[in-house]
Amino acid sequence: MKAKHQRLTLGLLAVAAIVGAAVLALSALRDQASFFYSPSDLARDHVSTDKHIRLGGMVVTGSVAKLSDGVTTRFAVTDNVDQITVVYRGILPDLFREGSGVVAEGHLAPGGGFVADNILAKHDERYMPPQVAGAMHKTKSLDK
Amino acid sequence: MIAEAGLAALWIAAALALLQLALAVTGIRFDRDDLSAAIRPVAIAQGVLTALAMLLLIAVFTRSDMSVLLVAENSNSMKPMIYKIAGAWGNHEGSMLLWVTILGIAGGAVALFEKRLEPRTLTATLGAQALIAMGFYAFLLISSNPFARIWPPPADGQGLNPLLQDPGLAFHPPTLYFGYVGLSVAFSFAVGALVMRDVGPAFARAMRPWVLGAWIFLTLGITAGSYWAYYELGWGGWWFWDPVENASLMPWLAATALLHSVTVLATRDGLRAWTIMLAVVAFSMSMIGTFLVRSGILTSVHSFAVDPERGTFILALLAIYIGGALALFGWRIGTVRAGNTFELVSREAGLVANNLLLSVMLGIVLIGTLYPLVAQAMGVQLSVGKPFFDKTVGPFALVLVALLYAGPLLRWRRDRVQAVFNRLTVPIAIAALAIAGIFVLAPRAGILPTLGLGLAAGLAAASVAPLWKRDLRRTPLFTYGMVVAHLGVAVSLAGMASDSAFTVERLVAVRVGQAVQVGPYSVTLKGLKPAVGENWSAIEGVLEAQRGDGAPFPMGPQQRFFSAPPTVTNEAAIKTVFDGQLYTTLGDADGQGRRQLRLWWKPFVTLIWLGGGLIALGGLLSLLGRLLRETRSARRARKRAREEADWGEEAWT
Repeated sequence: MKAKHQRLTLGLLAVAAIVGAAVLALSALRDQASFFYSPSDLARDHVSTDKHIRLGGMVVTGSVAKLSDGVTTRFAVTDNVDQITVVYRGILPDLFREGSGVVAEGHLAPGGGFVADNILAKHDERYMPPQVAGAMHKTKSLDK
Repeated sequence: MIAEAGLAALWIAAALALLQLALAVTGIRFDRDDLSAAIRPVAIAQGVLTALAMLLLIAVFTRSDMSVLLVAENSNSMKPMIYKIAGAWGNHEGSMLLWVTILGIAGGAVALFEKRLEPRTLTATLGAQALIAMGFYAFLLISSNPFARIWPPPADGQGLNPLLQDPGLAFHPPTLYFGYVGLSVAFSFAVGALVMRDVGPAFARAMRPWVLGAWIFLTLGITAGSYWAYYELGWGGWWFWDPVENASLMPWLAATALLHSVTVLATRDGLRAWTIMLAVVAFSMSMIGTFLVRSGILTSVHSFAVDPERGTFILALLAIYIGGALALFGWRIGTVRAGNTFELVSREAGLVANNLLLSVMLGIVLIGTLYPLVAQAMGVQLSVGKPFFDKTVGPFALVLVALLYAGPLLRWRRDRVQAVFNRLTVPIAIAALAIAGIFVLAPRAGILPTLGLGLAAGLAAASVAPLWKRDLRRTPLFTYGMVVAHLGVAVSLAGMASDSAFTVERLVAVRVGQAVQVGPYSVTLKGLKPAVGENWSAIEGVLEAQRGDGAPFPMGPQQRFFSAPPTVTNEAAIKTVFDGQLYTTLGDADGQGRRQLRLWWKPFVTLIWLGGGLIALGGLLSLLGRLLRETRSARRARKRAREEADWGEEAWT
C-alpha cells in the first residue's frame, strides 16, 4: 500500500470509530439516562414505573420512620408544593437528615410512592444538589 | 508578610512566562539563536518561583495564619499537621496554584534536561509551555488569588472536609496533577514539532518519557482514588462512573493510546499525524479533567467553589486551549509528511487497533459525561450512570483485552496470521478452559464476569509469552515493563470480574450478641463503644468475625462525628485475607434496640488495585529502561568521539 493511501485509510478508520462511538453512546443514552424529577413533576407528569429516575427535594421534618426489619426507612420528600413517600432499604448516607436536601435514585412503585435503590450521599453540609436548589428556587418564586 | 511574598513570587513568575513566550516567538521568527538561548534560564527561574509560591502557601497553612482568607475558610488550628499541609491544596485556589507549580517545575525540567531535541524545536516547545502557563496565571491572579487577606481575622478556621482528612487523599490531587501536567508537556512537544516541522523519531523519543511519566501518575492516581472511594465512602463499590472519576479516566485512556502510538513513531517512524493528534486529544482531556472538576459544574467532593464567574472563566480558558490546539493541528498537519507504512498484520496494525478501541471508549465516556451537562443547559435534568457505562464501555474493554493477547507477540512491519495463532495456543487454551470451568462450577456468575475471568487467566499467560525462549538477562528493562503492565491488566480484570460475580452482601439490623453469616464468615455484634480521635468522636461497633473454625478476630467499623465542619462519616472496617476482603460498616440505631450492619464478602477484590499497582510499576520499568538505554548510548557516543579525537592526535604526533 502506498503511504498516501495508508494515511487515508487510517484517517477514515479514525472517523468511523468516532462516529461509531457517538452513535452507540447516543442510542444507549436514550435507554440508560435517568431523568430528574421533583415531587410536583411526578404529581403532574405520567412516569412509567419501570423507568429509572432521580427524585430530588427536601426530607419532610418528622416523616422519617424505620420499618420493623430495622433496615428499611420510609420518609417523605417535598418541593414545598407536592410531596411523595420514599421507601429505601439500606444504610442512609451520613448527611441524610430531616429538613435537608436529598436525591433518591430508583423508580415509582406500582401502588404509588417511590422505591429508592440509592440515596445520594453528599459530602458537605453547605452543599445542596443544584437540581434541588433549582426546584426549590422555582417553587419559591411561584409562591411569591 | 509571607502571603505577600507568595503573591509577589506568583506575579514575577507570570511575567517570566510572558517573557518566555516573547523570547520564543521572536527567537524563531527572526532566527535569533541568542534569544532562543535565553529561554532556558527563564523557564528554570519560573519553575523556582512557582515552587517558592507553593511553599509559602504551605507555610501560611502550617502556621494557621487566619488572616489569610483561604486558611480561615479551609483550615483549623486543631487539625493534625499533615492535614494542615494537605489543606493547602485541598481547596480551589490552592489546588490551582499546585497545578501552576507542577507546570512551572516541569517547564524548568524540560529546559534543564532536554538535550536531544533540535534547539529550535525546544524553543518552540518552551514557548507553548509558557502560553499554557499564562492562562493559569491569569486565572489565579485575576479570579482565584490564594493569598488574599481577610480583616479582621477570625479566631479559628472552618476546617477541611472530614472526608478529605485521609492520608491517601492528601496525595491524591498532586498525583493526578503530575499526570495532567505531564500530558501538557507532551502537548508542548507536539506543538514545538508542528511549528518547526520536526515530527519524527527524535521528537517521539523526547516526548515519550513525559507521556510515560504522566501515564504512571495517572494510573497511580486513579488506582488510589478508586481505593479511597472504596474504603472511605463505605458503599463497597470501587468505581462509580462519577463524572469526577471519568475526568481522570479520560486523560488516562488518551495517554494509554498515545503511549502506544509514540512507540510506533519512535521505533518505526510511522503514525506521525496520528501521534500528534493523540497528543492534542490527551492534553484536551487533561484540561477537561481539571476544569470540569474545578468549575463547579459537577457537584462533588472535588468541586470546591460554585462561583459562576469562575466557572465562566474556566470554560473560556478550556475553549481557548482546546480550540487553539485543534486549530494548530488543522493548520500545520498538512506539513507533516507521511511516515513509514506497514502491512495489515503487523505490530503497527495491532497498535492502531489498540488506539482505535481506546479512542472509541474515550468517546463514549466523554459523551456520557458531557451529555447531562448539555441536557442541563437545554433545561432537561438527567444523570448518566453505571448502567450506561457498563453496557457500552465493558464490551469494548473485553475486545481490547482479547487484542492484547496478540499485540505484543506480533512482529513489526509484517507478520502471518497463522504464526500469531501458533504463538497463542497456550493462552487461548487456558482462557477456554477457565471459561468452561467457571461455567460449570459457578453457573450463576453471569456472562460478562465469566468472560472477564477467563480472558484474564489467558491474558496472564499471553502477557509473559514475549519472554518465552529469550535470554532473560539480556532482555531490556522496558520489555519487562511491558510484560508487567500487561500482567497488571490481567490481574486487575480478574479482580473486577471476581468482585462482580462472587460478592456476597448482607444488610441487617442486629441486637448485641446476634451473629450474621456473610460468605464464609460469621460476624457477631459484641457491643458498642465510644472512641475519640484528634478532631472527632465516634461510636464504634465491636464486632467479632470468625471464618469456619478459625480464630475469631475483632473488627471496629465506626460512625465518626467531626466538629469542624460538623459532619458524620462512616468509617468501614476491612479485613484483608489472601482470597478477598471482609468489609463491614456500621449504620444507625433502628429505634428498637438494634443496630444496622452492612457486611460484604468480596472474593479477590484486592486484585483490582494490585493490578493497578502492577500497571504503574510496568510503566516505571519502561521509563527507567528507556532512560538507561539513552544515557548509555549517549555515553558511548561521547566515548567514541573522544577516542577518535585521541587517535587523531596520536597520528598527528
